[in-house]
Amino acid sequence: MAILVIAEHTNAALAPATLNTVAAALKMGGDVHLLVAGAGCGAAAEAAAKVAGVSKVLLADNAAYANQLPENVAPLVADLGKNYSHVLAAATANGKNILPRVAALLDVDQISEIIAVESADTFKRPIYAGNAIATVQSSAAVKVITVRATGFDAVAAEGGSAAIEAVSGAGDAGKSSFVGEELAKSDRPELTAAKIVISGGRGMQNGDNFKHLYSLADKLGAAVGASRAAVDAGFVPNDMQVGQTGKIVAPQLYIAVGISGAIQHLAGMKDSKVIVAINKDEEAPIFQVADYGLVADLFEAIPELEKLV
Amino acid sequence: MKVLVAVKRVVDYNVKVRVKADNSGVDLANVKMSMNPFCEIAVEEAVRLKEKGVATEIVVVTIGPGTAQEQLRTALALGADRAILVECADELNSLAVAKLLKAVVDKEQPQLVILGKQSIDSDNNQTGQMLAALSGFAQGTFASKVEVAGDKVNVTREVDGGLQTVALSLPAIVTTDLRLNEPRYASLPNIMKAKKKPLDVVTPDALGVATSSSVKTLKVEAPAARSAGIKVKSVAELVEKLKNEAKVI
Repeated sequence: MAILVIAEHTNAALAPATLNTVAAALKMGGDVHLLVAGAGCGAAAEAAAKVAGVSKVLLADNAAYANQLPENVAPLVADLGKNYSHVLAAATANGKNILPRVAALLDVDQISEIIAVESADTFKRPIYAGNAIATVQSSAAVKVITVRATGFDAVAAEGGSAAIEAVSGAGDAGKSSFVGEELAKSDRPELTAAKIVISGGRGMQNGDNFKHLYSLADKLGAAVGASRAAVDAGFVPNDMQVGQTGKIVAPQLYIAVGISGAIQHLAGMKDSKVIVAINKDEEAPIFQVADYGLVADLFEAIPELEKLV
Repeated sequence: MKVLVAVKRVVDYNVKVRVKADNSGVDLANVKMSMNPFCEIAVEEAVRLKEKGVATEIVVVTIGPGTAQEQLRTALALGADRAILVECADELNSLAVAKLLKAVVDKEQPQLVILGKQSIDSDNNQTGQMLAALSGFAQGTFASKVEVAGDKVNVTREVDGGLQTVALSLPAIVTTDLRLNEPRYASLPNIMKAKKKPLDVVTPDALGVATSSSVKTLKVEAPAARSAGIKVKSVAELVEKLKNEAKVI
């Protein structure tokens, strides 16, 4: 049996999380097929065909799939998925939106956000905001799974030579329509893929002060994140939020600035290789997970840090 | 229109859970339980729709043990009109919960169903989407804004790069994200009044739903502990450590 991976893409290019998801699929064993569903997504399909380890690309090019509306995409995936042993998607906003709908259409349970593959039917996933790791086994005919990208090293984006096969689905289910979107603009690396992440919390005091983090980030080639407190206070937009309800990151270096370290925030970053905490409260819980802690006023420490790196 | 809100009784979000010594699960004996934070937001949104005159009746439903009546009473105190408990001692997977909710949806015929985007215990983020699939309804997940307009509902969703707005035909399913609203507190008079509001108890059998699951938990472990770090005295020392010891910059 083969494994179907739903590609995350922008129609023009593949999203990096797809490469991590393919890596998880390869650990389960079997041929890996990538489904690229979108509108005018030929370029994404060509990129998908080059991904190492992928043996076939299914291309569903239809205006109804343009914005990945789950009402339209899920029936397509469920229909294709019947012939596979596993159906996988990255645990992105998109994957989380579509895949449970696919699972219910296939009448099987879904396993969310796996971080390790023990065997073709046994997986590890965090529960309780990452405070416990469950090992779960599925006996479902089709195993429907979302993959936490930070749990798996990405496969190479080049080197494969899969054939592209066009597939068609039912198209527009007529229940929903796309109205518009408002995407935050950023030149810095994507938060979930960055090697270095610098996050600010309530201690930043206001949105203007995030400029200190931005200039440090630019010097380090880092992405900038935030705690929920900083987002709720309106300092930065919510797509910068790191935590249980925001993005899960696991960079080489995570620098937490003015963040106390609530359970919900730690759930989003505690798998980082090296954690640095800069906080003026030496009792802050963040210091319990930090490899290097600096008790200092961030408004003095950050400019100094920028000068020294 | 009628709004159905699904809520879940979970361990309070402030509790630091501990894994049981036999690795069978987490220890929930004598731990404070509350309504899942995302479900509170769902109840709040329904109450606001009623205050705007959009919703006429709010039915709140939960699936769980008898003690989950506490969370239903909380929802009633916040403004729900009546409650349904599907009493079930076992912990169910999302698909079984979605099937039970589908049976309740068939019976109640709501125009809008609001759920939280995920429960903070199992962290699945599945039930709303599954219920939408089973009911054949459109879904507006991770909602940060909900506007009912005629026979449609416009939902602004929190997606990875920012915000996306979709228009859904009613009836529809909405799952709430954190920024949808700020839930209110129940006042003492409302808590007293909530005790008199109707609360029906049904069983999965009565709804004709089988709750078996194809996924079983083999073990639950504590995550690998991070080794204790050190405190540095100055920025210079920090940079030196990052460059030469951790080699990350």
